[in-house]
Amino acid sequence: MNLLEVSGISKRFGGVQAVKGVSFRVRKGAVKAVIGPNGAGKTTLFDLLSGFRAPDEGTVRFQDREIQGSAPHEVAALGISRTFQNLKLFGHMTALENVMVGRHVRSRAGMLAGMFQPPSARREERAIEERARAEMRFLGVEPLAHSPAGSLAYGQQRAVELARALCAEPTLLLLDEPAAGLNMRETGELADQVLRIRERGVTVLLVEHDMSLVMRISDEVAVLCFGQKIADADPRSVQRNPEVVRVYLGED
Amino acid sequence: MRLPAPARVALLAAAVVAVQLATQASGKGFYLTQLTMTAYYALVVVGLSLLMGYAGQISLGQAGFFAIGGYTAAFVSTVDLSAQASLPALALLARLGVLVARPDLYGGQILGVNPWAGLVLGVSLASGVAFAVGVPVLRLRGHYLAMATLAFGTIVSAVVVGTQRLGAADGISGVPPFPVLPGVRIGGGSADRVVNYYLAWGLVALSMLLLGNLVGSRTGRALRAIHGAEDAARAMGVDAARLKVRVFVLAAAMASAAGVLLTHYVGGIGPSETSAMKSVRYVAMVAVGGMGSLWGALSAAAVLEFLSLRGVFGAHDDAVFGGILLLVMLFAPDGILNFRARGLLARLRGRPAGSGEGA
Amino acid sequence: MTLDLALQYLVAGLTYGAIYAVVAIGFNIVYSATGIINFAQGEFVMLGGMLAVQLSRSMPLPAAVALSVAITAAVGAVVEVAFIRWLGKPTVLRMVVITIGVSILLREGALFLWGEGVRSLPYFTGDEVSSVGILGARISPQVFWVLGTVALIVAVLEWFYRRTLLGWEMQACAANKDAAALCGVPVRRLVTLSFAMAAAIGALAGAVVSPITYTSYAAGGPLAIKGFTVAILGGLGNSGGAVAAGLALGVVESFAVSVLPAAYKDVVTLSLLLAVLVVRPSGLFASGEAARLKEF
Repeated sequence: MNLLEVSGISKRFGGVQAVKGVSFRVRKGAVKAVIGPNGAGKTTLFDLLSGFRAPDEGTVRFQDREIQGSAPHEVAALGISRTFQNLKLFGHMTALENVMVGRHVRSRAGMLAGMFQPPSARREERAIEERARAEMRFLGVEPLAHSPAGSLAYGQQRAVELARALCAEPTLLLLDEPAAGLNMRETGELADQVLRIRERGVTVLLVEHDMSLVMRISDEVAVLCFGQKIADADPRSVQRNPEVVRVYLGED
Repeated sequence: MRLPAPARVALLAAAVVAVQLATQASGKGFYLTQLTMTAYYALVVVGLSLLMGYAGQISLGQAGFFAIGGYTAAFVSTVDLSAQASLPALALLARLGVLVARPDLYGGQILGVNPWAGLVLGVSLASGVAFAVGVPVLRLRGHYLAMATLAFGTIVSAVVVGTQRLGAADGISGVPPFPVLPGVRIGGGSADRVVNYYLAWGLVALSMLLLGNLVGSRTGRALRAIHGAEDAARAMGVDAARLKVRVFVLAAAMASAAGVLLTHYVGGIGPSETSAMKSVRYVAMVAVGGMGSLWGALSAAAVLEFLSLRGVFGAHDDAVFGGILLLVMLFAPDGILNFRARGLLARLRGRPAGSGEGA
Repeated sequence: MTLDLALQYLVAGLTYGAIYAVVAIGFNIVYSATGIINFAQGEFVMLGGMLAVQLSRSMPLPAAVALSVAITAAVGAVVEVAFIRWLGKPTVLRMVVITIGVSILLREGALFLWGEGVRSLPYFTGDEVSSVGILGARISPQVFWVLGTVALIVAVLEWFYRRTLLGWEMQACAANKDAAALCGVPVRRLVTLSFAMAAAIGALAGAVVSPITYTSYAAGGPLAIKGFTVAILGGLGNSGGAVAAGLALGVVESFAVSVLPAAYKDVVTLSLLLAVLVVRPSGLFASGEAARLKEF
């Protein structure tokens, strides 16, 4: 069963066709990777899926609902959670608070409840914190809970960002170049983490540069080049696809 | 240093009581008048602090919201409807308690609007305007937002000055006291001075408690998240646009409520309350207290506003506020409580210091 | 409304509008070079007028105007060096507040030096009653001084940006600071120069218009808001747009006063500003794409 179905989406910026008629599917429970050389339109594709940009044409179906053109917070509320290529943490908040923000879509206390703190709001707040701590434990960063997020090492920040995305209990997790800036050991940890996330039943779609990571954890790989999809199959077939080898591996 | 919120409020309450006792013991009860006015201005500043420091949005129009509240209260409480009292609609309103009769200076009867109705009307009007202005304007960023709010404040000012029914350049005087509870009325009579002082600062303490709670709550976290990295906050499901508007409306409601109450307290309001300089002063006080620090904003407002009302800065009042604003923003953009001498030294040596650029 | 009266309103509108355009161009110069909206831009116009009035008591008028322009330009440069240059990469919020602080200090300084009184220069040619008749309307010769000066400012700036090396360097600096610095463009000095230029043209406009509009220590604030409105209407960074928008706004205001109470004149402008900010923040003349290119 397909969780996400992207059909013919395009996005143009002025004279640049960033994404051109791209279609692909993500099976429920799978890890799917989108790869491609720099400027292939990967990040734009992510922005289209997560509501940060609206496609010029084409549709994005998530759980049989068309979501293209929805605002990011609406997409998040449907169960799609994302990370960012250049880590966007709330630097002046603690790591724990960062992860707790991830719970925003799964909690409700409003402004008045915030001011007057009825018992229901307090209960909810405790539940948010417990859940956030559990996600931090899952990724091994709970000891950092009370450190300001901005003061953490890069690899730790990335783990906190991942915990924040998981705290929303997403159905689909979008990872934007999760291995960028990580060393070999950290990349290895990341691969394990992604596989453990899949075991929890979360579907993962990632955009990535690091081929070894992609080949190790993905069930399917789509290749973008100059905004167009040129291959979409299991990792081994993609690796052997001559066009992919030419445009992507050859250049790298 | 990091006291829990209830302890801070308790400390504030103790300080308020101590100051009152001190003025009583030293026979300087007249200080309480300016201290009471300070409390109302502090409400404006604290609300703005929430908007600027937590939601990261500047408003150069806070005086406009204060004025909407103040002028509404002044206008409705000084009209005399006794000539129209026989109209069925007015008779109904009078029965509902919206209109109340009171004696005028010459022993006649005035049929005026109940100050409670004025308060509700003023705050609703300001909130409504804030919503109408905020929805489109808060999509703007930085310079545009600053200029748009400045333009809004200036419109209020120009309308007030240009409208005879609002007293034009003279403003509205003769605003009656506001009977809040039996025996408690907001007004400038010297017999009411102590009560008014406690009432005003009680409101401040209550606001600090509620806003402190808010900042620590789910909504407060979302606000700080917007300020930290708006894209990430939106990706986590925070409806940033909506939340900003709500905080904008809350800050406007606080400013207008302060406007209503202060107008009843001093018995009138004039166009100087609407000036852009007033709005800039509120921003200055938030800046001095430190963006993102409600208690810093309160402290700055309490000190600066009181000194200003005492006339300590004399004819250079505006220059002092301009200078303070400039100095704080140049050397201690996180507020004087977070002043970092090392960053300053680094800057003076020509090396841009990375610290203090959180906003 | 008779034709001559309409013409009278039109000319008055164009005169004010020309000044708004100059303030807007001042915003554009600084914005292009730094990305900063200098809220103190209106104070330069005030300073130019007040200084020229002061100096004209001890020297001939042309010298007084020239010296006042030079002094104001120096003030502009000092503002940049003292308050902006060493900040590194300040946030927009901080920059807004700092330039507001500068504007308050300049205004209060003028109040301290010259008091609250309203002042003006003598008419450059003729006096307040002399006039030129056009189609039955009586028009003061000073109007031609104002329009001529503004036209000259625009022409000189155009020449400067298109035909001189310094102008090209400033454009390079506006387009990409880091790249310009790598090519050996003295970015810091050019930023200072942009403040001085913005101050100088503001001062010149302030001096030349003062016989008509008069000036006082408090004249800068309203001009800054008008000028900003015009800069936005014309598209931030687009000075051709600023001239068109300035003249249009001046004329609209002028005719609005004939229908509305004078006190509401500013309400018209400011409502227009709010409306434009909300509907079309990239300006009336620019396409959304063009507005993003920072050009003079």
